Amino acid sequence: MKYSKTKLKFVTYISAKLSKKPLNIKKMKNNELQNLDEPKETSFANKTLGRRSFLQFAGASAAGVALLAAGCSKDRGDLSMPTMGGATLDFKDDFGVLNYAYALEQLEAAFYIKVASALPSAFTTQQKAYFQDIQFHELAHREFFKNALGTAAIGSLEVDFSSIDFTSASSVLAASMAFEDLGVAAYNGAGVRIKTDAYLTLAGKIVSVEARHAAYIRDQISNGSFADLGTLSALGSDNANALDGALTPDKVLAIAGKYIKTKINVINL
Amino acid sequence: MNILNILEEIEKVDGEIYERLSPRRNAMKDFFNMGKKISLAALPLAMGSMFQKAYGQTNPSSVTDVLNFALALEYLEFNFYDRALSVANSTYIPTGAPRNAITTIRDHEKAHVALFRGALKIATTDAPAYTYADYDFTAGGAFGDVDTNYSTFLKVALAFEDTGVRAFKGQATILKGMPVLTTALQVHSVEARHASHIRQMVSANVVGASGLKPWIAYTPNGNDTGVAGVNDSYKGEENTKQAGIEIIGINGFAGVTQTIAAESFDETLMGSDVKKIANLFIKTANKKFPVT
Repeated sequence: MKYSKTKLKFVTYISAKLSKKPLNIKKMKNNELQNLDEPKETSFANKTLGRRSFLQFAGASAAGVALLAAGCSKDRGDLSMPTMGGATLDFKDDFGVLNYAYALEQLEAAFYIKVASALPSAFTTQQKAYFQDIQFHELAHREFFKNALGTAAIGSLEVDFSSIDFTSASSVLAASMAFEDLGVAAYNGAGVRIKTDAYLTLAGKIVSVEARHAAYIRDQISNGSFADLGTLSALGSDNANALDGALTPDKVLAIAGKYIKTKINVINL
Repeated sequence: MNILNILEEIEKVDGEIYERLSPRRNAMKDFFNMGKKISLAALPLAMGSMFQKAYGQTNPSSVTDVLNFALALEYLEFNFYDRALSVANSTYIPTGAPRNAITTIRDHEKAHVALFRGALKIATTDAPAYTYADYDFTAGGAFGDVDTNYSTFLKVALAFEDTGVRAFKGQATILKGMPVLTTALQVHSVEARHASHIRQMVSANVVGASGLKPWIAYTPNGNDTGVAGVNDSYKGEENTKQAGIEIIGINGFAGVTQTIAAESFDETLMGSDVKKIANLFIKTANKKFPVT
């Protein structure tokens, strides 16, 4: 892999820094990185520095930083290295949860964009229109998280939908159902981790739209199956109490991982 | 439900949770062993009594308020569907798919009533707080033929489900970080599934509503249903800005139109607004809908 001059400069700096002494997050001052001769032109470098600055800022409490350092010094080291193509979800704060949602919305948007680019010929006119709608809903969610996260956003994920037959209506419907039911369970399971009121409300605003999608798609497969909670036990549903799915991020990513090529590192879960 | 996770979460906030639950940490094993024997359905109750012992009270008052609010909503929905299914009228709710769907929804609301009663430590033998006699589903005559006209029934169901989704969402922040939030979210998304299906039923059966989508489309006043008299249930759904970010045409995507922007995010509804709507359907003056 060839690095640009600025990128190389950054890499060299980090390597030098690492070889002298390991980065000690605890001892960094808030403005230390800002004073560095940081390479401003490569988005990768900016992103890394942005995240680091943010971590310093957010990790103001000594306990939080210590936990981070103890829990994942290895992963943290990986992040500072130029291992391109990986994404780290650090669940120690809301940015981790939002990035997790961003990752899932990227996956859903990519899926529906592919569906909408050549809708199955067996789809009805209404199905075609509603799948276009869903495509743009997911795209709106994805772009919203991207903008809300700013420099703290993870990069674009590479997806792999080779296991899905996009020409078959039943195959597309089955995959859509799986994505939507999983999406609902993911938001339901992640909500309790969110510490900021505004973000929790936003997750709530999105998850009900995902549930509307899920119900619509299920009804296209079999009318009346919109809330067939008994079939969702693998996603954490509880049919006796009429509760929808809810899964922790590790379980969601284990399922979604089948469709994601980019390596996702999860820390502080 | 992973009770160990829940306890670990609480431990982060309340470092003495294990001590509160039992003077000796080892005694917790008794509970986990018991958990293996009792059925999943009984677990919330068992947990409830455990927490009650731990804190010497049922729930923080704000949580109790939310649970009472949720229970009142579920009672409203349950009684509405249960009544509709009990009305002997062959032209009312057609047998087959429509009746099956309404039965599914009624059963879910029934389970939610039991769930919230359990969370509030209401004994199963205690009388329900609301019965059909407490309601006026015609809303003072606005939906006068709700008991005989399938279309009118669907319109009221539509307003209830979309309102329910918004009402639960509006309470989420009060439960922030608590295990009960997950349960509330699991109820919330089930209500959203109901709303989606009822919208499809309205679209297929109500004259003039064929374009109604499973999600709430943009209209200037938020109400995309065409049903007069339910504007309050949709107030604010026209919003296209989230966390200060304009969703229309976001990052240059022209496909994210005004209606897509409104559809892609459901809005919250304040407890006081929910109360205003719900009280239209409650006739007993002394059983006012709780606000939170």
